[in-house]
Amino acid sequence: MPQDMPALGSLLPRISPRVVKLIVAAVVLIILLWGTIYTIDPEETGVILRFGKYVRSTPPGLHFKLPLGIEALTKVPVQRQLKMEFGFRTTRPGVVSQYRVTPESLEEAIMLTGDLNVLVVEWIVQFKIKDPYKYLFKLRNADATFRLMNEAIVRKIVGDNSVDEVLTVGRARIANEAKDQLQHLCDLYEIGIDVNQLIFQDINPPDPVKPAFNEVNQSLQEKERKINEAWSEYNQEIPRALGEAEQTIRGAEGYAMERVNNSLGDASRFTAVYREYVKAPAVTRRRLYLETIADILPKLSKKIIFDENQKNIMPLLNLGEEVKK
Amino acid sequence: MKLSLKTILLAGSLLLVLLVLAGALYIVTETNQVIITQFGKPIGDMVTKPGVHLKLPFVQKANYFEKRWLEWDGDPNQIPTKDKKYIWVNTYARWRISNPLVFFQRVRDERGAYSRLDDILDGETRNAVANSDLIEIVRTSNRPFEKTGETAIIQTEQQLETVTMGREKISRIILKNAAAITPEFGIELRDLQIKRVNYVEEVQQKVFDRMIAERQRIASMYRSEGDGKSAEIRGQKERELKRIQSEAYKTAQEIKGKADAEATRIYAEAFNRDAEFYQFWKTLDTYRTTLDANTWLLLSTNNEFLKFLKTAGVR
Repeated sequence: MPQDMPALGSLLPRISPRVVKLIVAAVVLIILLWGTIYTIDPEETGVILRFGKYVRSTPPGLHFKLPLGIEALTKVPVQRQLKMEFGFRTTRPGVVSQYRVTPESLEEAIMLTGDLNVLVVEWIVQFKIKDPYKYLFKLRNADATFRLMNEAIVRKIVGDNSVDEVLTVGRARIANEAKDQLQHLCDLYEIGIDVNQLIFQDINPPDPVKPAFNEVNQSLQEKERKINEAWSEYNQEIPRALGEAEQTIRGAEGYAMERVNNSLGDASRFTAVYREYVKAPAVTRRRLYLETIADILPKLSKKIIFDENQKNIMPLLNLGEEVKK
Repeated sequence: MKLSLKTILLAGSLLLVLLVLAGALYIVTETNQVIITQFGKPIGDMVTKPGVHLKLPFVQKANYFEKRWLEWDGDPNQIPTKDKKYIWVNTYARWRISNPLVFFQRVRDERGAYSRLDDILDGETRNAVANSDLIEIVRTSNRPFEKTGETAIIQTEQQLETVTMGREKISRIILKNAAAITPEFGIELRDLQIKRVNYVEEVQQKVFDRMIAERQRIASMYRSEGDGKSAEIRGQKERELKRIQSEAYKTAQEIKGKADAEATRIYAEAFNRDAEFYQFWKTLDTYRTTLDANTWLLLSTNNEFLKFLKTAGVR
């Protein structure tokens, strides 16, 4: 297409030098503006250095600075609560966060207690950058130094407590002490950090010792169980015994009533008979006797009557055979 | 476009001025400090004020040094304590370049400084640790431990050693000795802390064994406490049972006794009207109940009942 070439060539010169200058000026302006305007997020503070010298800090919002490297901006998240983990690392935060213990993080957590035992202590520290100037310019690598300070302080305090204090009763107190001393050290180092909280996570005996510690818990539960069992036996047997005692006493009372009533009955029967007997003693006596005999005799299986004069009948009776039956 | 000689000259001189300016100006920031050297020879004091500064271009050179505090994190050292326990000790400290000139002359750069610091601090740590018992390095004070049910068992026989120096004092001594040496390298040292103290592997195993033994002792105590306490409760139960049963027996016997006495009184009152008749009457009653089908009765004809068998006895 040879016809097109001259057309294209004739297009270029048509743009006047004025337009070129305008475009160049616009580009330069954009570059200058790009380096001049900046925004600071709500949780940040902007630190401005002019030729390396600190000149001002700027709050959140839209701001201007000198461009072309004359003023340099560093953003520091002063409002954000920052967190450091010791003895473990969160690999994926979420509703159910995932944790990981690496050999390095385990090294952070192993420490000696005041009674020369070994514990694995995991903790986190929450902090804010209080003073961006100090944080940036007083010491290099403030975060790394802060980690070292944490390890030293927690170990120092755990080293002054017994293993049982660290595991149980002293937990909250130790965390508080550690927080205070850490803050004190931060102020001393002019690190510009405000320690909000130091929280102990898992505090465990080392793995080889864990079963022995669990055994203590088991034995404690065993103790509770034994005591509970004894009490439940107590509570089972004592009420039953009380009931049985009640039964014995009521039984005795029944016996007493029966005995007295029987005696009263017997007595009144005798009295009644006696009253009549007195009126005709001899006859009544004989009647009673004969009535009794009449009652008894038919019931008896063997009745032997012998004459008084026949004295020798006794040996003839085969008593032995009858007894054997 | 035609370039006149004038334009070329103008551009050339402008470039030259820029070059000279670039060589003459240097920037000191908040984080560093500068030593000016002229052909390698230091000139003047160190420059620490942040901002733009001037020097001779091309001839003088600006050497930058860190102004902020730096951290020194030592490697763990295996050191035997005075009481012959092998431990790993790990310290950290803060340092800064206090005299850049001396620093520049003696150790040149930070790498050199770190290797010197390693030598000095490791050495001083070694000295201090080797002169102290383990407990001095671990504990800071003689604070008595809070007693829990469990520690009470262990501590009765394992009395606590007292600390005369403590961790803080030992780290201060290490710092003092090391800080006396470092100025000759233009280094100021501060705030040394013992970061980690750990048992050496073999010692650790023994410590674990001891911990296990301690816990087992606690566990067996809990078990026997459980046995004791439950036996106590059972004993209490036995006592209570016996009390309840015996009291009931006692009450029952009293009631029965009273009733027996009452019955005896009633009988006596009634039968006393005629003891002889009572005997007769009761004996007859007894015949009825005691003589049954198995009883043989041998009767003589002299018997009251049978006397009429022989004779009508008519009077």
